[in-house]
Amino acid sequence: MNKKTPLYEKHVSLEATIQPFAGYLMPIKYGAIKKEHMAVRESVGAFDLTHMGEFRVTGTDATAFLDKLLTNDASVKNGKAYYSTMCYPDGGIVDDLIVYRIGDQEYLMVVNAANLDKDWAWVESHLQGFDIKVVNESDDTALVAIQGPRALEVCVKLTDSDLDSIGYYEHTTGKFAGVDALIARTGYTGEDGFEIYMKYPDAVTVWDSVMEAGKEFGIIPIGLGARDTLRLEVGYPLYGNDIDHSTTPIEAKLGWVVKLKTDKPFIAREVLEQQKAEKPGRYLVGMEVTGRGIPRHGTPLYSGDRKVGIVTSGTIAPALGKAVCLGYVERGFQKRGSELEAEVRGKRISVKVVKLPFYTQGSRK
Amino acid sequence: MSSIPENVRYTETHEWVRKDGDRYLVGLTDHAQHEMGEIVMAELPEVGAEATKGDAMGGLEAVKTAEDFFSPLDGEVVAVNEELEANPSLINEEPFKGGWLFAVKASDDSQYDGLLTAEEYKIHIGE
Repeated sequence: MNKKTPLYEKHVSLEATIQPFAGYLMPIKYGAIKKEHMAVRESVGAFDLTHMGEFRVTGTDATAFLDKLLTNDASVKNGKAYYSTMCYPDGGIVDDLIVYRIGDQEYLMVVNAANLDKDWAWVESHLQGFDIKVVNESDDTALVAIQGPRALEVCVKLTDSDLDSIGYYEHTTGKFAGVDALIARTGYTGEDGFEIYMKYPDAVTVWDSVMEAGKEFGIIPIGLGARDTLRLEVGYPLYGNDIDHSTTPIEAKLGWVVKLKTDKPFIAREVLEQQKAEKPGRYLVGMEVTGRGIPRHGTPLYSGDRKVGIVTSGTIAPALGKAVCLGYVERGFQKRGSELEAEVRGKRISVKVVKLPFYTQGSRK
Repeated sequence: MSSIPENVRYTETHEWVRKDGDRYLVGLTDHAQHEMGEIVMAELPEVGAEATKGDAMGGLEAVKTAEDFFSPLDGEVVAVNEELEANPSLINEEPFKGGWLFAVKASDDSQYDGLLTAEEYKIHIGE
């Protein structure tokens, strides 16, 4: 039985295409994906992301616990957020997540909906020896994201908090649209924007207020379809497509969230240290499609007759007007300008390794 | 409910076929274009290519998905819709008119009569 978010009825009345995703009935699109995509690039859009999972970690050992579980450094200032991977002992990725540091001894972990049960089991299995409490708040925490270059102008109307003073990957707690909320300047679109966390009963108030406040900027609701094209256009990996248990953060070019320079004894540290030193056999790269067609998850990549990689995500990039993809290629083929071929519907089409992000004009601060 | 005009025939693979003088125009049905979503690229066959009933003649790329399309008849491709190169969304906007894909000169006109009628196609897609 799929769950409904507190905004489900809104999506129905907006005539969204609704599909089950990670156990929730989620809006995939409300109209045309390209239109939703461009609204976020050019002005502002609102997302219901209530399916995401939230774990609250509190206690004297909160920092030590996260420093064991996650590859990135939990010693950020209160009010800051950080992106991290969480790894298995073999270096494979359990999940990628955002962590908000709420206080000296309090953090909020936000994990992928599709990994929620697995992540929770993983967290629970590592509690021993730490003086902490972890609470799974996923079932009563709603999340509304407001993303786009005009997002700030929409959100300032709805809170007394000084949003200007909140930098990218920072957050505050306060009233938003009159309800208690965590107000974070984070997102998954490459644009400036906010993610508002609130309790279920407050979600409709927040959603309606956001839509009203955004009216003058032409705000529209954005489904998970455009969420995917937006993240891909800026080269953000998606768990389950581009990263999973079989890939490591070093291979996925997420070495910047693996803090080997600290002395934190996180899970998989030695394996990842060794892989970094020896260089992995493959790398996740961005590729621009120069031929006709769109390589997608699973499309093989060739150099001449030799298979040298596999595509993990592909799409038309609406803001660029061309097809782009992410994929793993053997070491030696990851260099910028490297020319490969993708086999799409039995035909070879040319792709070229390019620098990420594909789209560089985002308003992200 | 999708549009299922009576003046064309259909295939189970969601092409429509319309007699147009001595050739047949082939396109994607309204039902299928709606299922695929915004089509962003159309890869069409070459004029002069051999068409074999049931064979893939090209492919359509939507934002989220890709599908091949098939020839409903045996014969030869005598025209392709070059408008689609610059404007593939015509397939979404006017699937039965400006969004046609290719034209085929049939080697056996009786194959047309064997295609699905509007009524049969309606049942096929469960509407």
